[in-house]
Amino acid sequence: MMTVFRVLAAALLAGLIVPAVGLAQEAANQAPQITMQEWSFDPPFGSYDQAQLQRGFHVYQRICSNCHSMNLLTYRNLGEPGGPDFSPKAVETIASQVQVTDGPNDKGEMFQRPGRPSDHFHAPFANEKAARLANGGALPPDLSVISKAREGGPNYIYSILTGFKKPPAGFHMTQGMHYNTAFPGHQIAMPPPLFDGAVPYTDGTKPTVKNYAKDVSAFLMWAAEPKLEERYKVGARVMVFLIVFAVIMYLSKRAVWARLHRRDHAETA
Amino acid sequence: MAHPSTYKPSTGIERWLDARLPIPRLMHDQFMVFPTPRNLNYWWTFGGILTFMLAVQIVTGVVLAMHYVPTPEGAFDSVETIMRDVNWGWLLRYAHAVGASMFFLAAYIHTFRGLYYGSYKAPREVLWILGVLILLLMIATAFMGYSLVWGQMSFWAVTVITNLFSSLNAVIPGLGTTLVQWIWGGFSVGGPTLNRLYALHYLFPFIIAGVVILHVWALHVPGNNNPTGVDVKTPRDTIPFHPYYTIKDGFALVMFLILFAFLLFYAPNYLGHPDNYIPANPLQTPPHIVPEWYFLPFYAILRAIPNKLFGVIALLSAIAVLFFVPWLDTSRIRSTTYRPIYKWFFWLFAIDCIALGYLGSQPPEGSYLLFGRLCTAYYFAFFFLVMPIVGLIERPKKLPGSITESVLGSSGGPQGVEPPPTKGEPVPEGVA
Repeated sequence: MMTVFRVLAAALLAGLIVPAVGLAQEAANQAPQITMQEWSFDPPFGSYDQAQLQRGFHVYQRICSNCHSMNLLTYRNLGEPGGPDFSPKAVETIASQVQVTDGPNDKGEMFQRPGRPSDHFHAPFANEKAARLANGGALPPDLSVISKAREGGPNYIYSILTGFKKPPAGFHMTQGMHYNTAFPGHQIAMPPPLFDGAVPYTDGTKPTVKNYAKDVSAFLMWAAEPKLEERYKVGARVMVFLIVFAVIMYLSKRAVWARLHRRDHAETA
Repeated sequence: MAHPSTYKPSTGIERWLDARLPIPRLMHDQFMVFPTPRNLNYWWTFGGILTFMLAVQIVTGVVLAMHYVPTPEGAFDSVETIMRDVNWGWLLRYAHAVGASMFFLAAYIHTFRGLYYGSYKAPREVLWILGVLILLLMIATAFMGYSLVWGQMSFWAVTVITNLFSSLNAVIPGLGTTLVQWIWGGFSVGGPTLNRLYALHYLFPFIIAGVVILHVWALHVPGNNNPTGVDVKTPRDTIPFHPYYTIKDGFALVMFLILFAFLLFYAPNYLGHPDNYIPANPLQTPPHIVPEWYFLPFYAILRAIPNKLFGVIALLSAIAVLFFVPWLDTSRIRSTTYRPIYKWFFWLFAIDCIALGYLGSQPPEGSYLLFGRLCTAYYFAFFFLVMPIVGLIERPKKLPGSITESVLGSSGGPQGVEPPPTKGEPVPEGVA
């Protein structure tokens, strides 16, 4: 993904009126194939599946978080309503598994301490340079709002995670890239991250790539829209209120204008 | 319109205030009993809707400003923090973002209503010009507001639009570059740029509110136009604003809010671009830089012109031409309903604007570019050829004798008696 952007960076010119379309045009030949999924959080009445979000978090923690940061999230978010809803104890345990640099202390020194629920998710790399170095020059994007930052949202993420295939005969692969039907241009720097059984599931869900992909996509949707359930709930009330209000307003309008019509009728009669 | 004041202060306090600052008298005369044509349809309700939307944008915007951080490092994250950690922050932020779209939707409908019914013609030219000025200020405000998110689209939209000024280098070498650097407050779009856009984005809505007051003032001198375009002739043609139009505007507003709420609660990002959830990165150009939907027609016009300077001139002219509409249209008939030839050109123009919007969202190449140029040509031809010429050669349909007659038919009272049809005679009413 980022490699494509880096190539595009060359297109940065003062005369930006004509956007850099050359590469996009090329990419159109390998249009991304996004498969639409059914989600528990589809509008207007959907809600997150807590068990799914918890499984998705484990997939993120075990696999994705080795390369991808989620800087906007804190561990306490994992215990908030409308999300994975981990117990306070579980949240503390999850947070304490990472070492956080804090300080300076009274001696003026930085020190390491176990993570707390108020800490932001621990990032795998210290900075962008370190991330690129470890990933063959590509930058794994931050996943905090990735579901809002890609056309197709969770469907896109699911399609990427399940879109790794053998390249068709004659397809020219760049060194270090991987063939993926969902990615624009069909070449992605990320190696296939999931394989069956990579993350143990304890709730009876089959530990397959498809299930991992679906669960982690749902988790990332929650990460991007943690207030989605509240939004739908308030929305339903507002819509009911407005529709009732509209009916009342319409009837009032008819009643008021009837006065005028009666006057007209009286005058012409 | 001018009418004798009917306000009678009933209490001591009202009498006291009436002799010093007669605001109750103003409200009574201008908003309660104000004589309003009795035949206004629902296209006339968007003025009230727009006032409401301006208030929504100001109220949500002021609260958002309390939490927003106008720095390149903090802006993007602060917007997300507002949606995650501020009480009702998600509602404020989405209401403000979707609200901008709804504001423009209403403003465009309001503008097309004015165009269709000839509301810009004498004696309402100043009213129209103030309206165009509000639209222009809205465009500037929305553009600056969009930049504050500091996502990829925000950043590159600012880069593209501020760079338009560099086209002035073609007039005086170096002038454009100097101007652009002055606007940026540096050698590229950065912290100083964001900070000044923030300051101006906070300022402009209050200027808009000021011009809105002038707009309403300019409306209340000649009074409302109406769907027939025929002037008010007798008191029977009018009804008091309250309760007839407060209730009608109120109903329309609630219907409009249903659409607003639907987008706000169920598809808040539908009208936005996913790329704006990628933090701004000066080193990565998005594959397609596209503005928000409400700027797409203007963007298509900009890109239709192969020369940068002339593209910018076309872009500015597309809005500036609206200021001259009262004098470009030569027809003496206000309402397009009674203009059999112009009507076709008008609806073609409406389709043209929607087509330009679509073309603005597509890459400027191949048939997109070709159609973009055709649509741009028609956009300007509509104002500079159709408006002056059709007005001269067209024979309008017969206008109703009065507003009351148009509502109640020819039996609508003594003055509603249909005059004997006379062919070819200039129509005396509703003329500009």
